[in-house]
Amino acid sequence: MLKIFKYSFYDVLRSRWTIIYFLFFFISTLSLLYLSNNLSKAITSLMNIILTIIPLISMIFGVMHYYNSRDFIDLLLSQPVKRKEVFIGQYLGLSISLAAGFLLGILIPFLFYGLSVSVDVWNFAVLAAAGVFLTFIFVALSFFISLLNDDKIKGFGIAILTWLYLAVLYDGMILLVFVSFNEYPLETPALIFTLLNPIDLSRVMVLLQLDISALMGYTGAVFNKFFGTTGGMVLSMASMLIWIILLLIGINKVSSKKDF
Amino acid sequence: MVELSNIRKSFGKLPVLNGVSMNIAGGKIVTREIFVNGQNIKDNPVYRHLIGYLPQTTRFPENLSVREFLRMIEDVRMAKGKSGELLSLFALDRFLNKSLRNLSGGTRQKVNVVLSLMFYPSVYIMDEPTVGLDPVSRVRFKELLKKEKENGKTLLLVTHLLSEAEELADEIVFLMDGYICYHGDPKVLMAEQKENTLEKAIAGMMEVSTQNSNPNINSR
Repeated sequence: MLKIFKYSFYDVLRSRWTIIYFLFFFISTLSLLYLSNNLSKAITSLMNIILTIIPLISMIFGVMHYYNSRDFIDLLLSQPVKRKEVFIGQYLGLSISLAAGFLLGILIPFLFYGLSVSVDVWNFAVLAAAGVFLTFIFVALSFFISLLNDDKIKGFGIAILTWLYLAVLYDGMILLVFVSFNEYPLETPALIFTLLNPIDLSRVMVLLQLDISALMGYTGAVFNKFFGTTGGMVLSMASMLIWIILLLIGINKVSSKKDF
Repeated sequence: MVELSNIRKSFGKLPVLNGVSMNIAGGKIVTREIFVNGQNIKDNPVYRHLIGYLPQTTRFPENLSVREFLRMIEDVRMAKGKSGELLSLFALDRFLNKSLRNLSGGTRQKVNVVLSLMFYPSVYIMDEPTVGLDPVSRVRFKELLKKEKENGKTLLLVTHLLSEAEELADEIVFLMDGYICYHGDPKVLMAEQKENTLEKAIAGMMEVSTQNSNPNINSR
């Protein structure tokens, strides 16, 4: 697994797309910092970019990477290694290099700007963690989707729709449900709905840290009320870990049964 | 050496192998002329040390150099391949540090060939190995295969070039629509059909079987 990870990491890291991805975060962070001239504001704006862009790009990269390496995967499968190692190795290679591109992209501008030793360091750290979690979750999701679909176009379409659903439609639908059922107690459903969407989870995680109640929305407020800041953070991180683990189990299951 | 029993494979709803069974003895080159190809891999990775597989497509990780790519497969197999001689035989030395993205199709195919040969496994499974190779490399490659055959290795070659099958194979398996149409010595088939090339012999056999409403195809 480590061997496959190592080479796939080299491969993806040198791809120009990873470099473009890095540059994207580098330039947006730099401009946000210098335009707003305010660390907290920059972190909030950056959060909105991260919550939309990372899932989208991880999804697209994941699907593209899988379909592009289909033939190579066939070759690896003919070698004396377990299937699990082939897929998890490739998964780690892609997610870790994307995460590295993202982390360097936001870290360098912050260091330039001067990340004062204050509460902002923690805000930044939580934001970075949310981005890394999202990368791992959405690359896993994209591998899972592409493993289930041999048809490239179909796999791509499902991946994009899943992203659209989780990033855009989900909140609207929840709002609709809540408005229709506003006579009932909705705290528990709100919690469950949040746990089911990794993008919402990371938003809640970052907002709990930033402590901006105005942006928290209903679900964030419920999280805060039920678990407090620390409890909410721990719960959201744990749930994101569970997301990753479940998706990896899914990838293992599907790949071990798949007829290549 | 290699035994297939009742192998089925389909791509979506299209069956390409309908319960194919055969036995291939060691020290022979067997070629299959097929219209679509599939192969079976069981989830027991250890036996694959015995196998050198040459895939038909050469889309390898783009940003790795040839050297890194060969080293990766060595790492994965946990064995040192004897790639040095092969690299100079196929004039790949000067490409060692180039990334795979910048190689031409023919050069990539040479990398593919080196990759499948460098562990000198006891079974070779090669899917259209000579496609894209230049004449010099093609001749050298065939020489290597013949040498390996003399060493008692088993070679399973998938090809649509019947001249190649005729030159290399001791035994051919001709597949059509997922069934075995002919399995045996190509020389015997040529003698039976009174033709001097395998291509004509197979064409002759096909014509006869189409006239007889192709019992092989309709038998199941």
